[in-house]
Amino acid sequence: MQTNKLLVPAVAAGLGILLAAPAVVFPLFLIQLLCLALFASALNLVLGYAGLLSLGHAAFFGGSAYVTAHAAKAWGLPFELAVLLGVAFATLLGLAFGALGIRRHGIYFAMVTLALAQMIYFLAVQMPFTGGEDGIQAVPRGKLLGLVDLSDTTTMYYVVLVIVVAALILVWRVVHSPFGHVLAAIRENEARAVSLGLNVERCKLIAFVISAALSGLAGSLKVIAFQLASLNNVSWHLSGEVVLMTLIGGVGTFFGPIVGAAFLVSLEHFLATSGLPIAAIIGAIFMACVMVFRRGFVGEFLHRRKD
Amino acid sequence: MPDIFGMPVAVLLGQVLLGLINGSFYALLSLGLAIIFGMLNVINFAHGAFYMFGAFVTWMVMSWLGLSYWPALVVVPIVVGAFGAAIERLFLKRLYQVDHLYSLLFTFGLALVMEGLFRHVFGSAGKPYPVPQELTGVLKLGFMFLPVYRGWVIIAALLVCVATWLVIEKTRLGAYLRAATENPSLVQAFGINVPLMLTITYGFCVGLAGFAGVLAAPIYQVSPGMGSNLIIIVFAVVVIGGMGSIGGAILTGLSLGVIEGLTKTFYPSASSIVIFIVMVIVLMLRPAGLFGREA
Repeated sequence: MQTNKLLVPAVAAGLGILLAAPAVVFPLFLIQLLCLALFASALNLVLGYAGLLSLGHAAFFGGSAYVTAHAAKAWGLPFELAVLLGVAFATLLGLAFGALGIRRHGIYFAMVTLALAQMIYFLAVQMPFTGGEDGIQAVPRGKLLGLVDLSDTTTMYYVVLVIVVAALILVWRVVHSPFGHVLAAIRENEARAVSLGLNVERCKLIAFVISAALSGLAGSLKVIAFQLASLNNVSWHLSGEVVLMTLIGGVGTFFGPIVGAAFLVSLEHFLATSGLPIAAIIGAIFMACVMVFRRGFVGEFLHRRKD
Repeated sequence: MPDIFGMPVAVLLGQVLLGLINGSFYALLSLGLAIIFGMLNVINFAHGAFYMFGAFVTWMVMSWLGLSYWPALVVVPIVVGAFGAAIERLFLKRLYQVDHLYSLLFTFGLALVMEGLFRHVFGSAGKPYPVPQELTGVLKLGFMFLPVYRGWVIIAALLVCVATWLVIEKTRLGAYLRAATENPSLVQAFGINVPLMLTITYGFCVGLAGFAGVLAAPIYQVSPGMGSNLIIIVFAVVVIGGMGSIGGAILTGLSLGVIEGLTKTFYPSASSIVIFIVMVIVLMLRPAGLFGREA
């Protein structure tokens, strides 16, 4: 494993940068970046390792965001409980979507997840507690474990950083566990995996549920930090964007989604004030990426090193 | 008049008819999606964007060139179809070799670009388009007043659907198409230009979406978001019907429109999600879809 030599210093440098970053960059921007990096890594778990394209992941991210926001605001639950409740909701939703969707293969799976997520979107538009077009505003941040006041954005950032890094370590563990190898086997040759006696559908479902839970965690953290749950968080645009982040960073690589999220979030940040049509530019990057850059940044890097 | 479940039959029949209008659009679009998928193995996410494009071109040729509805009905599908054929030639063609998911993602990006550009240029608000003079007024059907134009939409959509079905099932060209779906290399070995057929198929189905766009222009507001709102519902329709049969796609599209219309009468707040609920039920009972052949 030649890449391992580079791995430790690279991760250490990355963490060092993230620890020092609030001194230079807006903490809220960094929180956005971290949440979407976690979201994309969660998607990569199903897309890159299990070979399932989900076009409905915004339902977990946004669904969890709404539940967390409502729990924190209307019920006055503390930070930890509100986030946990959101994650629990995303997990159950993931179980439901997964159980329905995994009955259909490949491209059908993408359509089923997209349609189910759109149902969540319509529910978010109509249900009384979501606030329709306005969303849930002024969500209180509260205190971590009743001790640490999160109203300071820099403190919030460090809390999010710790949680996201812990979640990413979990993803790393899952991918490099025997279960992760089973997923890879299914992706490479499903018929063979079945013939080896693996319970393919169950493995896919487990991966999908873990992915949904982590997406929900990302959504919950974002909604607490930004204090706003809105329809953008459940829209199909977001489901597509997170696929693009994974794709542009490198599908099936651990660091790809993180790099992709950083790239896309930064790009959107710089384009936001330019007056250019952001959605169209993102779409064009999508097209270009699919045509000529299917390995993504990290995938390309690893490929070059191998040669 | 008698009541059914506490609803006057007149109201019920009216909603069925209105449902059929939405269903006509579902049928036209899911038909195109099913043929493209059958031939090219591409899930054309941009189908909704082409439909929006069709409606906008209709509006543009009217306001910039003074071209009225009837010539637009012929010209616009050709323009949109040619655009689609160019996309297939330039891009999609190169993606047949790789995983099918990439062509889905490509058309997803294309849809974002088209919608984003139209939003940038024309704004999010809708553009009004007048109903053609020959089709204004209402028909008295006894149980309801049907605007003539809406009746025309149902008839035109049905005619085009049936004609497409006949071409594919009953003509020589259709036989080539079906053969090429089963085994493209064998068909190519018989001296038939399969790549050209793929381009024509894609162009034709995209043209169908453009045709649906023309039909929609006078009913719905011509707006950049009209396509993406519709396409996801059409995806659900396709999952319900299964991709196996073209007739199935038409039938599923129409009947789901009717179901949606009926839901609007009995339980209005569920009407936006009823199709997705049907999809969930179908997935549980018959995972391959009602007319599907997928194992």
